[in-house]
This record gives sequence, structure tokens and C-alpha cells, in this order.
Amino acid sequence: MSETSTTAVMRPPATRRGWTRARVLGAVWLAGWVALGASVVAMFVLGFDPDFFWRYGPRMLNGLLVTLQLVALAVALGAMLALPVAFARASKNPLVGVAAYAYVYFFRGTPLLAQTFLVYYGAGQFRGLLESAHLWWFFRDAFNCAVFTFTLNTAAYQAEIFRGAIDSVPRGQTEGGLALGLSRWNIFRHIVAPQAMIIALRPFGNEIILMIKGSAIASVITVFDLMGETRLAFSRSFDFQVYLWAALLYLSLVEIMRRVWDRIEARLTRHLKRDSD
Amino acid sequence: MEELFELLRFGAQGWGDELATGVWLTIRLALATLPLGLAIGFFVALAKNSDEPLLRAAANVYTTIFRGVPELLTLFIVYYGGQIVIGRIVALFSDAYVEVNGFVAGMVALGLVFSAFASEVFLGAFRGIGKGQYEAGSALGLSRFQTMQLIIVPQLIRLALPGLSNLWMVLLKDTALVSVIALDDLLRKTNIAVGATKEPFFFYFVACMIYLVMSIISSIGIDRINAWAQRGEAR
Repeated sequence: MSETSTTAVMRPPATRRGWTRARVLGAVWLAGWVALGASVVAMFVLGFDPDFFWRYGPRMLNGLLVTLQLVALAVALGAMLALPVAFARASKNPLVGVAAYAYVYFFRGTPLLAQTFLVYYGAGQFRGLLESAHLWWFFRDAFNCAVFTFTLNTAAYQAEIFRGAIDSVPRGQTEGGLALGLSRWNIFRHIVAPQAMIIALRPFGNEIILMIKGSAIASVITVFDLMGETRLAFSRSFDFQVYLWAALLYLSLVEIMRRVWDRIEARLTRHLKRDSD
Repeated sequence: MEELFELLRFGAQGWGDELATGVWLTIRLALATLPLGLAIGFFVALAKNSDEPLLRAAANVYTTIFRGVPELLTLFIVYYGGQIVIGRIVALFSDAYVEVNGFVAGMVALGLVFSAFASEVFLGAFRGIGKGQYEAGSALGLSRFQTMQLIIVPQLIRLALPGLSNLWMVLLKDTALVSVIALDDLLRKTNIAVGATKEPFFFYFVACMIYLVMSIISSIGIDRINAWAQRGEAR
């Protein structure tokens, strides 16, 4: 073996420095975003109309509150409904299993907008029936219909999240519980559920974010949530700014939610972290 | 019950043909959005996967915006905002009045949202491909483009397919939103039928069933594509 063979090793190409194409592209793109942000701010500052702002600003904040209520109610009620559905999906009784499967399949396979129409306008058709069942007061209100539809919708998605999380807990965990003589409920409560919850945490957070975004659909059935107030303001003023305000509000809502959820997740999984991580 | 199904007949009496044209528009819109969303998503993923921090930051801003704003709002912003912007540009040259095509607005809005999510899927797939694959490409004397085209992309498709199939299902359902900007898709045709017949429950249920059938057909197609993508994998 000659001496040169060890010294003349091909070196990997040197890292490129200076203004590479990627850097130029990145700088231009970023500058584009900054320009966009600046023009939105400029539009807001230069075109500031106190009259307009005080007429629609508070209404939009009110709409934001309605959106928050809508999402909080739907997600919480959906979670309560989702757990039984997740168990029903795994049920050994074929009738229960198929019914739960059909429910989940229907709500996950059809557009939320179509479901909302089905409930809101469909309920109007069965007014007599609902009145005799003393349920009409509930379905008469668009907000209630939206909560009802969104609950059913998110419950279907959440049921799949829970089921996947419960399935992902290894079987040995349940067997260990059985060997210790724990009851089925205690095994679920103390062994399976805590492990499943950690796995379900991230998809559950994503589902809440999807619900925040999806809740804008309620505006189509005359609920004055953030989107509803925005559409109203636009139809009265034809001022495009309101859509940008709404976009910023939704964006901040989703970002705050994402950050908070990251914190919660970090806190709940702190026992899984190693020092080296 | 019989009378209800009579309403679905094709021809002047029933609403079958109206719904069918709506289905056709929904399918065309979804199919037109898909390549747009995939292409943008792929390039945004490339940017996010880059070594260059400026490029990564710019791409992340893109994803944050289009993932965080509701689809319905994005649609309105593209539709009305596009109207204003194009109107101003045209006004510089002539005094003609232009109207933004609802189909194009829907396609752009849904494509932007799709691409933001697709870029995350592609990024995950990029991370699933080992560095050795790129190095092997360099060792064979392939250019960066050739490495991408001949080595990375074929593997990327297999890795990204499950995520992209989910996004396709979401897209199919999101097309229903264009009915709000008066584009004659399935849901809007259903709205019209409901207005004329006063049978909301029946018609919206039928529309939901049609959406379900479309997603069932899609999942059969996706299974085929999946089998094709994994043809080189040992089982």
C-alpha cells in the first residue's frame, strides 16, 4: 500500500458560505413576510378610523368570546361522549361495535358544514316532533345547533384518538394487572388510562386546534362567533381590514393554544425525560 | 318515503342531475387543488429541510399562517382580497371590471391550506430518509438534482403517502366550503334543492352519503397506490 492512498483521501465538499442561493431565497422570502406584516400594520395605523374601530372592534371581541365558548363546550362535551364510543368500538357485541363504527365513520367522512346544515335545517323540519319532546327550545337556537353538531363531530375524532391510544398500551400491562388480581376497572383506571393519556395528548391538542378553526363554520348558520361578526362587519362596511383582523385573532388563538399545549405536554411527560435529553 | 326518492330522479322533475353536476364540480375542484397543494407543499418542505436558517424561518412562517387560519377565512381572504388586488392592478391599465373566478379562488385557498399541511408530511418523510442516501448519491457522482430525482423522491413518496392520503380526505371534505362563495358544488346544489323542496333533512343526508361514497372510493384508490408504492418492500 502506498503512502499517498491514506493522505489523498477525498474530503467532503466544504460547507458553502456567503450568499448561497438558498440564503438569497430565504432572505427574499422573509423580507416578503416582513413587508406583508408591515403593510398590514400600516393599513391599520394609516387607515385607522376610530368610528369604525369602536363600532366593530368590541363586536369582534365579543365574537371571539362566542368562538371560545363554542369550542370549549364542544371539546368538553365531545370528550365525555368519546370515551363510551371508544369502548363501544372495541366491544365484543357486534351490534354495538358496528353502531359505534358507523357513527365514527359518518362524522369523520362527511364535511362539518354539511353536518351543521343537516342538524340546523333538519331540526326545523321536525319542529312538531321536537316540540312534543320538549326539545325545540334547544334546537331553535343556532348556537345550540352548532354546539350539538360540533360535539358529535369532535366526539367521533376523539373516540378514534382514545381508541388508538388505549390500543397502543402493550398487552403485558393489562396482563400484569390481572396477575396482581386487580379488577378490570382498576386496571383501566390505574394502569392503562395514565399511559394512554400521554399518547393521546398530542393528537388531542391537534383536535382542539382543528375545532377552533372548524368553529368558523358556525357563522354560516347565523351564529355570531368571531367569523360571523367579521362577515357582518364586512358586509356593512366593505372594508377588507376586518378579515385581516380576524385572521390575526384566529392565528394568535391557535398559536397560544399550541404553546400552552406544548407546556402541558412537557409538564406531564417530565418523568419520561432523561437528563441527557 | 317513495316521494322522497322521486325527488332524486334525473330530469326536469327530480334533483338527481343537479346533484350530479355538483358532485362533478366537487371532484374537479379537489383534483385541481391536489397537484397545486402537493407542488407548493413539496417546495416548502425542501425549504424547511434546508441548512439555511433564513430559508427555514421563512418556510415556517408560511406553515404557521396557513395552518392557523380557518379554511373558511382563508377562502374569504383569497376571494375578496384577490378581487381587490386584481381589480387595482387592472384599473392601472383599463377600466374593465374583473371578477375573480370562484373556482380559481377555491383552488388557491384550499391549495394553500393543503400545502401547509403537506409540507409537514413531506418534512417528516425527508427526516425518515437517512443521510447515507444523499452521500451515496454524491459518491456515485450524481448532481443534487439527480440525487433528489432518482434516490430521494422515490423513497419519499412511500414515506409520505399515508399522511398525504389523510390530507386528501380532508381536502375532499373542505371543498364543501366553496358553497359559501356561491360556487355550484355538491353542497350548494343541495342547498338549492332544499330551498325548492323544503326537505332539508333528506337532502343534506343524501349529500352526506355522497361525500361518504366519495371517501370510500378514494380509500380504495389510495390502497391501490399504497400497494404500488410498497411494491419494492419486503413483506
